[in-house]
Amino acid sequence: MKFTKTLAAAAAMGFALTGVANADSHGETVQAGFIYVGPVGDLGWSYQHDQGRQAVEAEFGDMVETSFVESVPEGADAERVMSQMARSGVDIIFTTSFGYMDPTIAAAESFPDVRFEHATGYKRVENVSTYSARFYEGRYVIGEIAGAMTKSNKIGYIASFPIPEVVRGINAAYLAAKSVNPDVEFKVVWVYTWFDPGKEADAANALIEQGVDVIMQHTDSPAAMTIAEEKGIYAFGQATDMSNFGPTAQLTAIIDDWNPYYIERVKAVMDGTWESTDTWHGIADGMVAFAPMSDAMPADVAARAEATIAAIAAGEFHPFTGPLNKQDGSVWLAEGEVADDGTLAGMNFYVEGVDGELPN
Amino acid sequence: MDFSSLSPVAMIVLLIGAATPILLAAIGELVVEKSGVLNLGVEGMMIIGAVCGFVVAVNTDSPMLGLLGAAVGGAVVSMVFAFLTQYLLSNQVATGLALTLFGLGMAALMGRSYNGIRPPRMARLEVEGLSDLPVVGKLFFSHDPVIYLSIALVFAVWYFLNRTRAGLVLRACGENHEAAHSLGYNVQLIRFGAIMFGGACAGLGGAYVSLVRVPQWTEGMTAGVGWIALAIVVFAAWKPWRVILGAYMFGGITILQLSLQALGISISGAYLSMTPYIVTIVVLVIMSADRKKASINAPACLGKSFHASH
Repeated sequence: MKFTKTLAAAAAMGFALTGVANADSHGETVQAGFIYVGPVGDLGWSYQHDQGRQAVEAEFGDMVETSFVESVPEGADAERVMSQMARSGVDIIFTTSFGYMDPTIAAAESFPDVRFEHATGYKRVENVSTYSARFYEGRYVIGEIAGAMTKSNKIGYIASFPIPEVVRGINAAYLAAKSVNPDVEFKVVWVYTWFDPGKEADAANALIEQGVDVIMQHTDSPAAMTIAEEKGIYAFGQATDMSNFGPTAQLTAIIDDWNPYYIERVKAVMDGTWESTDTWHGIADGMVAFAPMSDAMPADVAARAEATIAAIAAGEFHPFTGPLNKQDGSVWLAEGEVADDGTLAGMNFYVEGVDGELPN
Repeated sequence: MDFSSLSPVAMIVLLIGAATPILLAAIGELVVEKSGVLNLGVEGMMIIGAVCGFVVAVNTDSPMLGLLGAAVGGAVVSMVFAFLTQYLLSNQVATGLALTLFGLGMAALMGRSYNGIRPPRMARLEVEGLSDLPVVGKLFFSHDPVIYLSIALVFAVWYFLNRTRAGLVLRACGENHEAAHSLGYNVQLIRFGAIMFGGACAGLGGAYVSLVRVPQWTEGMTAGVGWIALAIVVFAAWKPWRVILGAYMFGGITILQLSLQALGISISGAYLSMTPYIVTIVVLVIMSADRKKASINAPACLGKSFHASH
């Protein structure tokens, strides 16, 4: 295995460090490439995808060679990195951030023999699959916990970008919190970045100043968890177990488990059975998992959370079940109606009760 | 709209925290540029400082030693740049960019086993009696020592550059290195020193992020602060006191937009997030519109290599 470090458009994006672990091309082995939006050491989103990459290596041993490029900015530069990876003889490329959607499609057109897997997007072509986890199921569970645990009835939400994925999370968490605590209020702060620990920490502090005592985040670093621990409030781990950073602050964490999916897809390439698919797995399939419930939670709160997890896993309960109105008061779902995947995938509205305007 | 829960004092305290890493890195870079060297590796030196400070603080259980370690770490890594550009005469822009990339990678490697560890807390400098005063106490007498240090550093740099002979010599190297050389000054050595000072300051700025602002180590955690510091130096027209203004303004707008959102004011966050950058660009445009003034302020030999041919 030969390691080369390459530099991604240093002049334009000076702070994107790009490390390519490049594999020599051999006929028999399958080569899988991964592109991450943050550093593998972000201990959040990208870290968890890299765990998946390592799981693929562990599963197939000499049969597979993997490589990755970290901290690739979303947008046009991503296509260049994908093309470079494709040219180096990689068979399948996992592009692991929403903002890689159009670059992935563009790169896929240039390299019809390479298979692409784009996380959290919705555009597919013959050699591009999409996959995502039903994080909103996890968000509903932690929303219930947050609603029960808040004393000030103010829950802070550090959000990255106003994309359906994030909006869905806010809505699910809000509905859940509201269901156990009618007085609950959500304060959403958009930081417009996936990874900037300084800014994430500042956002957490600004929320705490406003009386928030439980924080949720949809950004990638454990910065907010660290601040929550320092200020003695509660928070939830994002993408991975962050209890190291908040041993008393973390109530639980939503864990993204990509390992089985990555193994399955690489296997499909080996067997020659790979085709473009759309995967959206949730708690039932294990793609959304949880860190252990904190002892800080009263037994009834933990029990309700476990019950909700079980009900969602069994398909008995859907977080978006009517009657539900949109923020403007118009009817979205009638009594007993369940949201369809299409609407969820493109969700661009708040549900009734969420304060503030959704940026577009 | 209810503004009553928006506490200006709390916001200013947050603002200072957000601005201090920028301020430290920018004041160091200002000295470097005044000596005629353009070091684009600020981000790399900051992240090295962040990880060195973290590692030292965790192992010695002392945030103060951590800061010292960060300054040393930043200075050591800047020596690589100094050696390459001053003695091997490599291109400063390319070397600076390489330094950033090297720093990010090196820091990731050094910090591998420090993920998920919490550093010792930096105590605030409390003054008996004064810190408890309403408003004034919180604004002036209850910060961590680094904040006072950063402001003291700005004054020290101002004094050094404008009131001491050594400062005059350093500026001479930046304005006309041939002339400084012909007067018998060792241009390379002086620049070497300036670069190391810049590295130490950037290192301190980085450690402020990893030890105080977000007490944790995460790869790439400085997330572009070094680039903002570089812009602030130009924004400040190479004047130390304006560096404070620039850094605090940038920090202020960042905190203001986060706080307004937390308050529930529905101004589109996208515009608010852009604001610090837009303001910086606008100020840069206004400043550079006056050609004469701008060219007077920028050190004449900025970015030029010097080689003594005799």
